[in-house]
Amino acid sequence: MTQQKHILSILVDNQPGVLSRIAGLFSGRGYNIESLSVAETIDPLVSRITMVTIADTPVVEQIMKQLHKLINVIKVYELTGSSYVQREMALIKVQAKPEHRAEILRIVDIFRCKVVDVGQGHYTLEVTGDEDKMEAILNLLEPIGIKEIAKTGIIALFREPK
Amino acid sequence: MKKTGAQIIVECLKKEKVEIFFGIPGGVLLPTFDVIYDSPVKFVLCRHEQGAAHMADGYARATGKVGVCIATSGPGATNLATGLATAHMDSIPMVAFTGQVATHLVGNDAFQEADTTGVTRSITKHNFMVRDVKDLATTIAKAFYLARTGRKGPVLVDIPMDITRQTCEFRYPENIKMRSYNPVYKGYQQQMKKALDYITKSKKPVIYAGGGVISSNSSKELRAFADKLGIPVTLTLMGMGAYPADSDLFLGMLGMHGTYYANHAIQNSDLIIAIGARFDDRITGKIDEFAPKAKIVHIDIDPTSIGKNVIADLPVVGDAGEVLKELNKLIAKEKIKLNFKKWHEKIRKWKEEGPLTYKNDNKLRPQYVIEKIHEVTGGKAIISTEVGQNQMWAAQFYRYNYPRQLLTSGGLGTMGYGFPAAIGAQFAMPDKVVFDIAGDGSIQMNIQELSTAVQNKIPVKIAIMNNGCLGMVRQWQQMFFKKRYSGTCLKEGNPDFVKLAEAYGAVGIRVNTKKEVVPALKKALKINNVVVLDFRIEEEENVWPMVPSGKPIHEIMRGLA
Repeated sequence: MTQQKHILSILVDNQPGVLSRIAGLFSGRGYNIESLSVAETIDPLVSRITMVTIADTPVVEQIMKQLHKLINVIKVYELTGSSYVQREMALIKVQAKPEHRAEILRIVDIFRCKVVDVGQGHYTLEVTGDEDKMEAILNLLEPIGIKEIAKTGIIALFREPK
Repeated sequence: MKKTGAQIIVECLKKEKVEIFFGIPGGVLLPTFDVIYDSPVKFVLCRHEQGAAHMADGYARATGKVGVCIATSGPGATNLATGLATAHMDSIPMVAFTGQVATHLVGNDAFQEADTTGVTRSITKHNFMVRDVKDLATTIAKAFYLARTGRKGPVLVDIPMDITRQTCEFRYPENIKMRSYNPVYKGYQQQMKKALDYITKSKKPVIYAGGGVISSNSSKELRAFADKLGIPVTLTLMGMGAYPADSDLFLGMLGMHGTYYANHAIQNSDLIIAIGARFDDRITGKIDEFAPKAKIVHIDIDPTSIGKNVIADLPVVGDAGEVLKELNKLIAKEKIKLNFKKWHEKIRKWKEEGPLTYKNDNKLRPQYVIEKIHEVTGGKAIISTEVGQNQMWAAQFYRYNYPRQLLTSGGLGTMGYGFPAAIGAQFAMPDKVVFDIAGDGSIQMNIQELSTAVQNKIPVKIAIMNNGCLGMVRQWQQMFFKKRYSGTCLKEGNPDFVKLAEAYGAVGIRVNTKKEVVPALKKALKINNVVVLDFRIEEEENVWPMVPSGKPIHEIMRGLA
């Protein structure tokens, strides 16, 4: 079986301890979490967890069933394999020596991202996009010198039928 | 009228018609126990919280009702953990209450504080910590609802001390609805029709049923289903009693210490109808070579059980009882009649080739003792077991014809389970004979409950298969580790079990020879007190047959054959 990346969208009760039940399920059963993002939905009693996991198909099926079995889990969807939009946001602190500043700003322009903080020797960039875009910008900034990076992990939603 | 949190706890027990609960008090439970003092719900003081949890579990297994236990914060709660995990693995309905330090102290490493919901998260079906007295009644109602519905299991409610003192109006919810919890009971009609298709096309079908049949109270439906179609039945340890052992179609237990014929039937079958069982590793042996020719119809209330260890050709999600009822209706409606004569013939040959037996010589052997326990109790006793050789012999040689007759820790394999479970069962069934079949190792893991049994005049009979060692581990060391009995010898340290029983105010009887067995058992049955029977059995007696771990289940070693 081939291991594949799967994006799961999980609606849960917005209560203390729910995230630890989900994290505990993954560590207890030996599944892996690539990324995880959690926030309240429009209904304050419900949170959405978007999770990326790498596994083969039977394991993902089992993961989804196990998640659903948790009492605080309302719904579990798999987005991979259907039509969806995904975004991730990153804050990238990049070294900005005088000779690199113009180059960095060109990259910012091309990738339609923002400079959110400037210092003597650095820029902090805010980038939003899908995984490919993230990878591309990181590849370009790497030679210039990335000091630190913070990423949100993927969030995603189904596309509505047009 | 306003009630305190402590009063609300007891009111909830009354609403849930709880008859009895087991536990030990402690600092943070003082307000609660002050209310329990006047409560009509019987409280049983145990000697260790693990004992309390197993008593609630034994009560639940014997009756099908929700078992209830209570323990204080910190060590009280952590002592419950083994009991909760035991119930969780075997899907036993239980509600456990734990005291917690006052809400303003939570997280401060207060005296006797432990993160109880954190510790028990993965060993309960669900758990709650109550943070507001207004939520208390609803939370307890949810706990009972979760424990007894769907795939049953233990639910823990952690209650900080200040909550038990605060007051609010008591209102017990009539109905519980949780949008994130909707167990499926009825199977899809389409799937059930397909299941019958599989059955009518098969030539060598086997029913493999487990604890789910007991838990859904559907042994009658299982019997009707199997007998009507003439399909042989093998049971898991958890399923014993779900189908009568005396029936011709019965194959005994399957798996590691299953029968020669059950394992061969499974391995040669062309269809396995799994009902309320989960293809545990002790059943399948080497999974790649498990039942290679069989299609699998898997009926289970828990979708995660289906497709976890083996891929099902036909999954049927639903309650075993509901699905069996529906299948039986379909069979009657479509007048299905099947003939598996050739298959029965083949199974009969395996039964002749490898019967379940032991060396019946002059020595005192455990299998003989258990056969005699069966005889003197007319096959009607409730049997609990500890874990290890005693458990396997009890499963093999007591013929269970009724559900809820065998109480044993199947999934977790908890030594020390049997005796407190027997006490819990005896509280529920005062007119039944309750026997704990024990080993000299495991009985010592909760022997302190002799005190609870004697205090409450609970006349449980304990049959210790005393071989002076941790027998099952020793057996493996004998077979696979050149008889290097590392850490398995108990003999020099064992107490005199007869004197020990007497010290607690119970009765002790020692049995050294075969001919003493029946008189000792008959004597024990006449005594209205706890009786500890110390059977000094053959020390190197082993459990046969046996499939070594990692082997396919047809490579079963018969030992004596």
